[in-house]
Amino acid sequence: MFGSVPSTTPDPALISDASSPTRPESMISARGLQKTFGTFEAVRGIDVEVTRGEAFGFLGPNGAGKSSTMRMVAAVSPPTGGELRVLGLDPREHGSAIRSRLGVCPQEDTLDTELSVRENLLIYGRYFGLPRKDVAAKADELLTFFQLTDKRNEKVDNLSGGLKRRLTIARSLINDPDLLLLDEPTTGLDPQARHVLWDKLFRLKQQGVTLVLTTHYMDEAEQLCDRLVVMDGGRIVAEGSPLSLIREHSTREVAELRFGVGEHGDLAASVEDLADRVEVLPDRLLLYTADGEEAIARVHERGLTPLAVLVRRSTLEDVFLRLTGRTLVD
Amino acid sequence: MTSTRASGTAQPGTLEMLRRQLDYWWTAYRRTWKGSAITSFVQPWLYVGAMGVLLGGYIDEGGASLDGAPSYLAFVAPALLATTAMQVAAGEVMWPVMGAIKWDRTYHAMIASPLRVVDIVFGHLGYAMFRVTLTVLVFAGVLAVLGLITSVAGFVVALVGALLTGLAFATPVYGYSAGAKSEQGFVVIFRLAIIPMFLFSGAFFPVSNLGEPLQWLAKATPLWHGVELCRMGALGFWDSSMLGHLAYLLAISVAGIWWSVRRLDRRLVV
Repeated sequence: MFGSVPSTTPDPALISDASSPTRPESMISARGLQKTFGTFEAVRGIDVEVTRGEAFGFLGPNGAGKSSTMRMVAAVSPPTGGELRVLGLDPREHGSAIRSRLGVCPQEDTLDTELSVRENLLIYGRYFGLPRKDVAAKADELLTFFQLTDKRNEKVDNLSGGLKRRLTIARSLINDPDLLLLDEPTTGLDPQARHVLWDKLFRLKQQGVTLVLTTHYMDEAEQLCDRLVVMDGGRIVAEGSPLSLIREHSTREVAELRFGVGEHGDLAASVEDLADRVEVLPDRLLLYTADGEEAIARVHERGLTPLAVLVRRSTLEDVFLRLTGRTLVD
Repeated sequence: MTSTRASGTAQPGTLEMLRRQLDYWWTAYRRTWKGSAITSFVQPWLYVGAMGVLLGGYIDEGGASLDGAPSYLAFVAPALLATTAMQVAAGEVMWPVMGAIKWDRTYHAMIASPLRVVDIVFGHLGYAMFRVTLTVLVFAGVLAVLGLITSVAGFVVALVGALLTGLAFATPVYGYSAGAKSEQGFVVIFRLAIIPMFLFSGAFFPVSNLGEPLQWLAKATPLWHGVELCRMGALGFWDSSMLGHLAYLLAISVAGIWWSVRRLDRRLVV
């Protein structure tokens, strides 16, 4: 549906892989990319490559530089330093041309709340120079895909947060974008609404739409991203597939042991040798190990009796917290 | 299967970008025209009635000198053409601009599309001028029917004067709004600029009645130049000073556009 063939012949200069069909087409290419606001360095020289058809994620705590990076890629924020090519073009020179082929779902909704659901799509499509007839057909198609057809004449003001997000993403697809940028697409939504959105995004990915998203939800990154980078303090601190990151920066399993309040610090030393790494939290001990059950058996052998135990697989969250720390950012 | 995919790096010109915003601004007008109709079409006649006809009755009896106008009504009505243009223009580029940046954030949606800052500024100013045009056309038309504008050429002069007054207010006020952090300044602009100009820039009495320094202050305001142009057109006598008024209003408009684009660029493209 969204991967349809261009109606006009594209400029050959834009197809970077025209001569070498084996090399994947570069959608985003950043080298030493920097963004500075006054004295604050939001992005401190990052390298990123995203190719056609990928689902790529920027993961990081608040203030890591994810949104600043996304705004530069969206060609609405000029880079302070380094090199950036989006769809093979320089955003400083070809901002408008790049934006005509992007879909952008910003962190905060930018819908026109006074207009109806359908009007929002129609009017936005016109900004891309699309004929009214084509926009109308595309709008109805998107309303169906995002299950908004019943609400098409509803004023946006009356919609729930989840419906607004769905409409925002629908709107970002009005121009059949080559690259879809989603800045924290599900932040602030309830679990049901998040799952509906994930389903829609997963379908888009299967249709071959290149997705780039920022998130601080680990499950979101694991569900949607083929590859991701973890950002912290304006730098990339890790890169890979969700699975390879877990393998590289964590263990296969985590055993969580809960003892009485205040005992965790003292008990850490007596279980230290039972795991690759032991982390002390105020309310529990985390034993990073290949075999969680085995570790717990050994804990019991030593005569320790935790109030509660839990063995789980390592998640991206463990990687994330390991790499970016547990300190609150704001 | 609908393909709406774009291709190519050709940058469409501002005219094409304005055409792309037509549906938006037309929709915006359709949803707000009822609210704006009172300010645009009714309010000026309250002044014409109260000031021109009723107050004018006393003034004419007193035999006041009104820069050659045959009656107080003929003196004040064309001036109200300029003041109305000022008010409609300024109002349209205050709260609505702030809303598009801060509240609804519709400008942020626009700048994520192929539209550029300059296209957005021209689109919004174009809409403001559309509303000014509609208002002053209706107003001037009724003045002509009432015999308060005496010739076709005069009608054109008055109309151009009113439109340029609108532009000379829309553009710098837009520039202010584009960079303003809060809406509190708008009330200040109304109280300290718009209303004093409305009262003292020659709409209701010849500025020669003001003392020396105040007279020059009044003549420095864009409204005075607009009022003079409208009055010249309506009364049907104009001279080379008309060119000075036109040049003054044009200069402010050009500077205002430049400032507006710069301020909005710094606000949206960061």
